[in-house]
Order: sequence, then structure tokens, then C-alpha cells
Amino acid sequence: MEVWRGFNMIKKFVVGCFDDEKVLFPAIKNVRRAGYKIHDVYTPFPMHGLDHAIGIRETSLHTAGFIFGITGTATALTGMGWIFTKDWPLNIGGKPHFPLPAFIPITFELTVLFASLGMVWTFCYLCQMMPGVKKHHFHPRATDDLFVLVIECSAKTNESEVAEFLQRNGAMEVNVQEAETGWWFGRYDKEQKLYRYEEVGY
Amino acid sequence: MNNHFVIPGGYKKWTTGLMIVGVVTLLAAIIFLHPLAGNKGDNVLGTRFWAVLLQNSMYWLMLVNTAMFFMCITTVAMGGWQVAFRRITEAISSVVPVMAVIMLIVILSIVFGHRYDIYPWLDRNAVAADKVLRGKSGFLNPTFYTGASIVTLGLWWFIGKKIRQFSLESDQHGPMDFETGKRWINKNVAWGAFFIVVYGLSVGSTMPWLWLMSIDAHWFSTMYSWYTFASTFVSGIALITIFVIYFKNKGELEYVTHEHLHDLGKFIFAFSIFWAYLWFSQYMLIWYSNQPEETKYFIDRIGTARHVGAYKGLFFFNLIVNFVCPILLLMKKGPKRNYTFMTFMCVMIIFGHWIDFYQMVMPGTVKNHPHMSWYEFGIPVGFVGLIMWSVARYLSKVPLLQKNHPFLKESIIHHT
Repeated sequence: MEVWRGFNMIKKFVVGCFDDEKVLFPAIKNVRRAGYKIHDVYTPFPMHGLDHAIGIRETSLHTAGFIFGITGTATALTGMGWIFTKDWPLNIGGKPHFPLPAFIPITFELTVLFASLGMVWTFCYLCQMMPGVKKHHFHPRATDDLFVLVIECSAKTNESEVAEFLQRNGAMEVNVQEAETGWWFGRYDKEQKLYRYEEVGY
Repeated sequence: MNNHFVIPGGYKKWTTGLMIVGVVTLLAAIIFLHPLAGNKGDNVLGTRFWAVLLQNSMYWLMLVNTAMFFMCITTVAMGGWQVAFRRITEAISSVVPVMAVIMLIVILSIVFGHRYDIYPWLDRNAVAADKVLRGKSGFLNPTFYTGASIVTLGLWWFIGKKIRQFSLESDQHGPMDFETGKRWINKNVAWGAFFIVVYGLSVGSTMPWLWLMSIDAHWFSTMYSWYTFASTFVSGIALITIFVIYFKNKGELEYVTHEHLHDLGKFIFAFSIFWAYLWFSQYMLIWYSNQPEETKYFIDRIGTARHVGAYKGLFFFNLIVNFVCPILLLMKKGPKRNYTFMTFMCVMIIFGHWIDFYQMVMPGTVKNHPHMSWYEFGIPVGFVGLIMWSVARYLSKVPLLQKNHPFLKESIIHHT
């Protein structure tokens, strides 16, 4: 059932819509317990504990932020150090050529600049968002008042069985859609942990 | 869970031991350091006696007072997450009166004993001959100093007592209904806001000028009070965290989880950076403008290119232990949720800011004769013992959980 078109591929998805988060959370739990792969859950507002419930791994955005930050620190210090000691030494009020206290504010600014811009770009990459990138909308009311649970199908998945399963778990509307995944940089497949019974959940 | 905390025998022995060490140190110091010999000649030992007492009584008083401030800011901001361990902060703030009395005895002895080796503005002849000190004498004089100190300490004691009372009164009745809860919270917010104003006007501006900055009477810095505030706030949070971890380890505080610890860790992390920011703001502007009357403060500590200052090592050690270590070690999520690691960091930060106060007080008083031996360590040991003893004593009398606080549920389900 997988059709390749360039780097992206067409996949089948079973889409279940919920109108209550009290129904959504147990449904997610049951879906994971049954072993279906959750593509994503689209909600009208940020929901506390949802990422934990879906079982996606912890984000690596902060590690990226740290690396971007120290890159900024290093850039500022080496840049200013080279300019004021090697390239164009100036006598400014009798201060040393490498006046560390005077460099600290600029070092701080560059650290923040690098970290923030780098993290925004990394975030866009991880979420596959960018101005101009087309994303498939599974349900128009996902930004309004519906919680949309999307399950990814493989070649072996029986869609009608999944749809029935979702309906049993309280979905008020279920349909099967074909959609293109990924984008021009390739894909960021969310690693999903299998549900364990002893897991403290929601 | 016991409703009241039963102080373990070991804890009692330890705190009593620590307090005995403090008292014995004080007695030995009275015998060996000649505190009453006056400032005639080169009586460095007498100066050392009073300087160490001033440093420690100031530091530990501000540390315990921070607990009340922390409670007030979270109350005014409608923060519910701290309710699960609110009694611990109350217990710590209940030590304020004891510390205030000790502090008052120390500063009144200094002022009325005319220790102008501690506060140069106490010397009338020097003030009359000095244009700068004469200009400041409307502010730096024994009457204003004593009056402001007594009013400040009195207000801290009074408002703190009031807020602790509200908390204890809420235990008397059953769970509050909506209207009662609203009225109770509003009452707390009003008194909390009052305390914040008093705290801002005392710790945030005037009192560090009088108590600490006037040691270097010629020098001035508009950053100084903020710097002192940041120093005491971060170490105060560290003290709260240590007690929270201790009681959690004892099997009390069943609703406190590593989520609460994580938030306390965030406070310590953020305010360590805030402290460093103020440290740097004070240092950099003085370094940059290079005015002799301002640079004197740092020359007394670091020295100059030709002459190494007596406090140079301590000065930079201060920066490493209070800024570099917390920012690097507490940056990740894991360490902030680890009880053992947080205990280590909190002890380190309290020690680090104690060093910070040491290098605030000593260069202006004992000048080039810094000591770091039995007396300097014995006195803080006594204070630590006193704080531990008083906190446990308070908590053995009242329930460890404020069970009727309207925000209790918010604290139980708290999730960072």
C-alpha cells in the first residue's frame, strides 16, 4: 500500500475524531495496547501529558539548543579575540587588547541569538513545518473543537478493523484517508514505545 | 503518615551537638579574641570577632527570612504547586524572630560599642574631618541605623507571624467552601503583598546599604542591595530544598514528588544566573569606568597588577562555586529531579553564598588579615544547628500538611 513519489510516500491513515479529552486519553491507551501505530494526535489546544500518553520519545530540542548556544559563545569570543588582538588592535581607554569583561555582554547576546535561531530552525525541521510546506489536513475541525487521532496503516493493516476499534473506543467520526507523509528533507518518524501494563499513565 | 513529625533521636543529638560547637566557639572567642578590648592600636582579633558575628548573623537571618518571601511571592502569584511543602517554608520562616534577636544584639553591640573598625562612620572625629562621610551622616548615624534595623526586623517578625497564623487557623476547620476559600486566599494575598513591599524596601534596597555596604563607607553601588538579595534568595531556596528532601526521606510529605523538586531546582538554577548577572553588572561598570573611588572596593579584594589582594582566590572561587557549577550541573532535567544530587548542590550553594558574604564583610573590616579557621567555621556551625533545631521543633508541634489549603489539589497533581 506504499506508493513512493519522490522522497515522500503515500500512506493510508485511519482517522478517528473525539469530542472529549476524557474519552481521548483512554482511547489512546487502548490503541497503544492493541499495538497500532499512532501517526499523531491533532488537538485544538496544547494538552498536558499528551506527549507522554502517545509514547513519543523525549525531544532532543534542548540538546540542540545547548550546542547552538556554545557555538555562539565560541564564535563571539574567537571573533572578537581575533579582531582585537591580531587583525586590528586598538587602544581603547588603556584597556587590555583582550578585555574579557567588556566582551561578556556581546558573548551573551551571540549565545542567545545562536541558541534561539538554531532552536527555531531545529523545531521547524523536527515538526516538518516551514512556510510553503504543504501538510495534509486530516480534519478541518482539528483546529476548532475536535481531537483527531490518526493511526498509520501498514500493508498488512485491516483498515475496517481499525476503524471499528476506534468507534468502539468512543470516536464520534471515523474515516480512512490516503495522505502524503514527509517533506523535502526526508522524514522524522516518531519513535513510539510499546505500551507496558505497569506504565503509570493517564 | 504521622500527623506530627517526631524528631528522631539522632537528629536531636546532631543539632544539639552543632549548637554546642557554636556556643563553645563563641566562648573561646570571647576569651582569646579580646572582643571588648576596643579598637585602640592593632586589635585585629577583636575586629575579627565582631566581623564574623556580623557576617553570620546577617547571612543566616536573611536565609531564613527568604522562606517567608518565597511563600509570599508564590501566594501573591496564586502559585499552588508549593502547598504540598508549605509547612516546611513556614517552619523555616519561624526561625526569623530568634535570628533577629541575635542579629540585633550583634549590631547594637557594634554600634553602641563604637566599633569604628567595623563601621567607619561610627568614628565622630573621622566623620567630621571627612567630606564624603559628613555628606552621608544624615543616613549613616547610630540613631537612624538602630531605628531602621529595629523597624525592619519587627515588621519581618510581625507579618511573618501573621501569615503563619492564617495557615495554622485553616487547620482548625474542615475543608473550605468556595467563598470561604476565596476570602482566605485574599487575606493571604493582602498580607503577602504587604510583606513583599516591606521585603523590597528592606532587603531589596535600604538594609544591605546600612548593614553591609556601610562597612566600606566611602564606596557605593546601586547594585549592592539587589546583589545581596539575589545571594540570599538563591541560598534560601537551597535551604528549603534541603529540608524538603530531608522530610521526604523521613517518609513524610507524601504529596511531594520529584516534580516539586524539579521546580525548586529551576528556581536555584535561574537565581544562580540572576546572581551572576548582578555580580557582573556591578563588576563590569566599575571596571569599565575605572573611577578610583569605585574601584577601591575591588582593589581591596583582588588587588592590582603589582600587588595581589588577600581575597583574590576567594573572590573568584565565589564566582565558580555560585555560577559556573550551578549553570553547568543543573542545566539538564535529570540532576534537578535527583534527590542526592540536589542535596549536594544545595549544600554547595549555601556554602558558596556564605563565602560570598564573607568576602563582602571581611576586606573592609579585618583588611589584609583574613582568617579562615576555627572561629570562622565554628560560628556558622552553631547557626546551622540552631536553624535545624528550631525547624524540627516547629514541625513537631504542627501538622506537616496544610490539609485545608484551597490549592492543595493543584499541588498534588502538579506536573512540570
